[in-house]
Amino acid sequence: MKQLSDRIVAKLQAEMQVPDLAGTRYSVVRHLARGGMGSVWLADDTVLNRRVALKVLDLVTPADDLGALLLREARILAGLEHPGIVPVHDAGTLVDGRAFYCMKYVEGQTLVQHIAGKNLSEKLRLLERIAEPLDFAHARGFIHRDLKPENIMIGAFGEVLVMDWGLAKVAAAGRKPTEDGISMVVTDTQDSSRLTGQGSVLGTPGYMSPEQARGGNEVDHRTDIFSLGALLAFMLTGISSGEAPTSTRAVPRPLRAICEKAMATDPNDRYQSAQEMAADTVRYLSSEPVLAYPEGWFERVGRIYARHRTAIVLVGAYLLMRVFFILFARR
Amino acid sequence: MPSVTSQAGLFPLTRHSVLLAAQSDDPVARSLAIEAIAIAYWRPVYKYVRMKWNINREDAADFTQEFFTHRLEKEFLNSYDSRKGRLRTFLRTCADRLFMNQMRDCKRLKRGGSSPHFSLDFEQAERELATVPSSESPEARFDKEWVRSLFALGLQRLRASCESGGKMIHFELFELYDLEEDDPKPSYSQLAAKFGLATTDVTNYLAFARREFRRCVLDQLREMTATDQEFRREAQALLGVDIR
Repeated sequence: MKQLSDRIVAKLQAEMQVPDLAGTRYSVVRHLARGGMGSVWLADDTVLNRRVALKVLDLVTPADDLGALLLREARILAGLEHPGIVPVHDAGTLVDGRAFYCMKYVEGQTLVQHIAGKNLSEKLRLLERIAEPLDFAHARGFIHRDLKPENIMIGAFGEVLVMDWGLAKVAAAGRKPTEDGISMVVTDTQDSSRLTGQGSVLGTPGYMSPEQARGGNEVDHRTDIFSLGALLAFMLTGISSGEAPTSTRAVPRPLRAICEKAMATDPNDRYQSAQEMAADTVRYLSSEPVLAYPEGWFERVGRIYARHRTAIVLVGAYLLMRVFFILFARR
Repeated sequence: MPSVTSQAGLFPLTRHSVLLAAQSDDPVARSLAIEAIAIAYWRPVYKYVRMKWNINREDAADFTQEFFTHRLEKEFLNSYDSRKGRLRTFLRTCADRLFMNQMRDCKRLKRGGSSPHFSLDFEQAERELATVPSSESPEARFDKEWVRSLFALGLQRLRASCESGGKMIHFELFELYDLEEDDPKPSYSQLAAKFGLATTDVTNYLAFARREFRRCVLDQLREMTATDQEFRREAQALLGVDIR
């Protein structure tokens, strides 16, 4: 029997994970990331001569529920055509039995990398951009259920993408009217409850709503609002809600209130849409009253001053000049 | 004296047959199954007891023989329940238990004497052990040795499969390119010149060999585990690593 060194064993072990792309138009370039049920690989599309990302199921789980789950994720993504959701190009099964799908390769940074050194205003603008695709998905009956910093990518040209819809749930079946007037048939050809483990806990601690953590059936799109609130709290403090509590004094009170409202235990107390929450952060940026925060008169004066600073300074200066003029004119 | 190399690869295995056969009433099937388990696990056990209990090579060799030739079948295997844990964890625990029992009862390790035993290459195992970093734990070494045994057995299967399929060039290319320590490796064009092939053939032959090797290793693993669930758990442990 040939003796294999530790180095060769480690190399073979790594090579065995590389998906067998024989018979496809793709060739592997390198490993990008690992998820719960598979890995994402950078690959070359040899027909169109472009870089793509392949999400491939783990080797040992062919042709079973996880394969169906991966295909389901691909179908969800294919049904969500939005600049903030990574587009899917292709899906299928490899010769070794593994399910895969091909999507756009996003070159960029994760949210964690991107927000380092960014100011408050930039972070809030980012939240607004994250809320857009989320709101779009909610309008079409999909719930992400795993919104967290690792699943937000910021592309090289500043495009914000919500990734990893593997745990997504179809909120309702049937024709869903949307705000833009386009109707879309929301169907789940697979039994989503079975595939996504209804009754079991799916999600990421620290970003998962209480109702989702209970593993119940009552989860709706407001579970993503909770996660969006946790995401905002993370962007403001650098700490996820699951970690040890930290001082939030540095965070302005209205923004704290926005986080608290989004992360309310009762979904009825939260913002009822991602756009509603984003609008409140935009109000804060524009020095307008934030719906989540009942301000005192002193804070109101401060906010009004901040909003109309130039006009107030000009009027004040004018009034001061008038007073001086009147006083000197009398002499 | 059964030889670990004589029957390896000839064992008439079906899915999960090793564990089932080892617990069956048929003495021949049981004996072959124990041998198959010994082939896969003697190195992990030998190196583990050498490192964990700090015993000399002769005692470790005797202990390993005793473990696989007598104790495993008579004392341990029937109590293995795949629902409670992995086979490799079970075997490691059994080795610990046997060692402590022997130390308690006899104050010395039992010698195999003239009783039947497997032909195991302890000298080679010792040479390998000399290269193990001192910081490594016995448990980590046990797991690494298990992977090494699995791959070595997968390699044997690959060779047998290539031989029977008239594809020895595929196997030789795989050996030269993927299993040799040489650095730098030979290029595909050098290999093509050596074997009188086109470079594209080298690419295709290597892809075939790698695909077959993966299949052989997973087949081997499937036979060394008791249930589908254990197989998947072990395969995840084997392959579910971040690739850098």
